[in-house]
Amino acid sequence: MSIEVSMKVNGKPVSAEVEPRTLLVQYLREHLGLTGTHVGCDTSQCGCCNIHLNGESIKSCTIFAIQCQGQDVLTIEGLAEEDGTLHPMQQAFWEHHGLQCGFCTPGMVMVACDIARRLPDADEKTIRHELEGNICRCTGYQHIVEAIESGIKAMNARG
Amino acid sequence: MYEFNYHRPKTLDEASRTTKEAEDGQVLAGGMTMIPSMKLRLASPSDLVDLADIDGLKGITIGPDTVTIGAMTRHHDVHTSPDVQKAIPALAALAGGIGDPSVRHRGTIGGSVANSDPAADYPAAVLGLDATVETNTRKIAADDFFTGLFETALESGEIITAVHFKIPDAAAYMKFPQPASGFAMVGAFVAKFGGEFRLAVTGAKDCVFRMTEMEQALAANFSADAVAEITIAEDDLLADIHCGADYRAHLVTVMAKRAVALAAG
Repeated sequence: MSIEVSMKVNGKPVSAEVEPRTLLVQYLREHLGLTGTHVGCDTSQCGCCNIHLNGESIKSCTIFAIQCQGQDVLTIEGLAEEDGTLHPMQQAFWEHHGLQCGFCTPGMVMVACDIARRLPDADEKTIRHELEGNICRCTGYQHIVEAIESGIKAMNARG
Repeated sequence: MYEFNYHRPKTLDEASRTTKEAEDGQVLAGGMTMIPSMKLRLASPSDLVDLADIDGLKGITIGPDTVTIGAMTRHHDVHTSPDVQKAIPALAALAGGIGDPSVRHRGTIGGSVANSDPAADYPAAVLGLDATVETNTRKIAADDFFTGLFETALESGEIITAVHFKIPDAAAYMKFPQPASGFAMVGAFVAKFGGEFRLAVTGAKDCVFRMTEMEQALAANFSADAVAEITIAEDDLLADIHCGADYRAHLVTVMAKRAVALAAG
């Protein structure tokens, strides 16, 4: 059984025939070719697959594509400006070297933007707690947390 | 994951009927347990009935004596609700300790309560706050709701619509989280209603349960000292790779003490 699903991804309307069991992350990666969203664990624990659904961070490996019918999805590919100018949080990760191998980075950046939205005054301790659902296999948390602190400030300044 | 048929009904009646009539129908709420279980093939429903389009299942209502939370209300919404934070701060705090932020953006109270995971947080609040679980057909008292390991009083096609929590004079929840998953190895929820107390424990047995001996001790002396010497037998406690039955028994008393100390302020 295939079902037609339509949603907005990074501002563009997309639609496809998918099996009900197609996870959102499979749809993004395999149907749309948006491979920036990573699959680290497939058990909802690592956070590499975080995207924004209607403006809130969620794990795209733990939702079916058909559940996103008519909804708004933002992936890591949709963060930067059209001309390639990085989003302030991406810029902060670059400047603070908030990555080692880079595999967890898309999920980290998407969750970091969500933290900035919900908790614009987040301090280091809060940021560490908020990253509970994101695992960095390289254990590079120190720079990730510094990058997020700086990215939140940059996002606040941008308004 | 095995294939399944997907349904997205507009009404509760249709959802209930579709679930009941399917070969092995399951309700889909937030999916934070259902979808991982299906990926691991621990669950393989023939039909999945998504409650997302049914009106009236979301939202928080504060009454004079109760807080009513719609079944499809997410952990994030309970955690950040100023109304819940004011009426039952322990409940808002409990919701904020489930999973991680992205899980709390999807997971729902109805899904958690219906699942009756032995280590879930919400069942402790439901039992500790003497809540009533409302379904499409009836109202079930918390004391009758949780019946075993992933087992509840819910019948086939019966769907939770809301949970009604009694507003206590004081309450607190403390858990010892399993470090990787955040699930409670043991969690204790204590609530004071006038001169009576309820103390519910999650994580230790097949499903949430009350420590009546502690409740009686608290009625005489509302302090952590009152429960400090009350222990639970190891015999029917859970034991796994994370925690043996003896350690869980120890944690029951420790978590109860911490919860009481917090509630007594």
